[in-house]
Amino acid sequence: MPSHLGIYASQISGHLASASSYESIATVNVGSGGTTSITFSSIPSTYAHLQIRGYSPSGAYTNMRFNGDTTASNYRYHYTVATGSGSLSSGSAASTAYLPVTGGWGTSSPLAMITDILDYASTTKYKTIRDFEGIDANGSGELYMSSDLWMSTSAISSIVLSRSGATFGQYSSFALYGIKG
Amino acid sequence: MAAGSTYTKISSYTLGSNQTTVTFSSIPSTYTDLVLIAVPFSTQAGTSSNTLRANFNSDVSSNYSYTLMYGDGTSAVSQRGTNATFASFGSISQTSATAPYISIIHLMNYSNTTNYKSILVRDGRGDEYVEAWVNTWRSNSAINRIDLTRDGSNQIKSGSIFTLYGIAAA
Repeated sequence: MPSHLGIYASQISGHLASASSYESIATVNVGSGGTTSITFSSIPSTYAHLQIRGYSPSGAYTNMRFNGDTTASNYRYHYTVATGSGSLSSGSAASTAYLPVTGGWGTSSPLAMITDILDYASTTKYKTIRDFEGIDANGSGELYMSSDLWMSTSAISSIVLSRSGATFGQYSSFALYGIKG
Repeated sequence: MAAGSTYTKISSYTLGSNQTTVTFSSIPSTYTDLVLIAVPFSTQAGTSSNTLRANFNSDVSSNYSYTLMYGDGTSAVSQRGTNATFASFGSISQTSATAPYISIIHLMNYSNTTNYKSILVRDGRGDEYVEAWVNTWRSNSAINRIDLTRDGSNQIKSGSIFTLYGIAAA
C-alpha cells in the first residue's frame, strides 16, 4: 500500500487529492538535552490511517508502543535491510513494534523515517504498521523496510516512541498526520 | 491536538518538449518536508533505464551519497555510492520502454539549517526493478532549488511529469 494514499489516487485520476485528506495532527520537536520518549496521545479516531514522519540526528533503535501496551507478545515485526553491498538481510521477532534503524550515525547524517499505521481506528482488526527508513553516512548506513503488527482490536489512541538505552537527540522531529478515507 | 490540512502542491511540470534539466527554484522554506512525484522518460534509445539525478542549490560538488536496495525478480541486493556529485532520485525509463518508472521522493526536514539533508526514495517499474534509496546531501543549507537531470548526454523526454508538494507539520 502506498505511503500517500491521496497522492496515488491523484495520479490515477489526474486530479490532486483534496486538501483536507491529509492533516497534520501533532509534532514533537526535541530541544537541547534530548528526550527519552516521543508521545502522541488523545489521537482522534476520525481518520482512516495515520502517518508518522520522523527525522533524527542521533539515537538508537526505536520501539513503538500503542495505548500503553508493553506486553511483548502482542507485537511482531519483520524487516529487510540494505547495508550497501551484497544481498539484503532480513530479520523478525515477536517482541515489539520495532522501527529498526539506528538513528544518527554521528550527528551529521540524520535518520529519515516514514511510518504508516493502517486502519488504526478499527475495533475489529489487528493493526498493521509499515515503516520505511534509512540513513546514509557516505560509506556507511542502512536502509530498512519493516512490517509490524500490534495484535489488538483496540483503536489506537496513543503512540509512544522510545529508544533502547538512548535518547532522541536535539533537532529530532516527529510529526503525526491523519489521512482521511 | 491541533489539526491542519497540508500536502500542498508547490509546482508541477508536464514537459512539452525534451529538456536537459527540470528545475524547481525558489522553493519556500515554510514546509517541513517536500514530496516529489516523478513520472519520467529519457530520450536515450532502448527499453531499459538510467538514473534520475538531482542537485540541490546548484551544488555539483561531491557532497552526495546513497544506500540502495533493489530487486530484479531474481535477486535482492544492496549497493552504495559515496562522494557522488548528485543525489539519486530513482530510475528513468529509456525512450522505448513500455512504462515509466514512478518515483516518490521524500525530502525530509529540507529547510533545517543545522543538519545534513536525508532523502528517501521509492521507485519501480513492473518489468524491471523495484528500488528504494536513502540519500544524504552533506550540507546544512536549506534546500531552495532542485535540478533534475539524467546521466549521460540524453535528455528528459517530453511528456515526463514532475510534481512537488510541501507538507507542513503542526
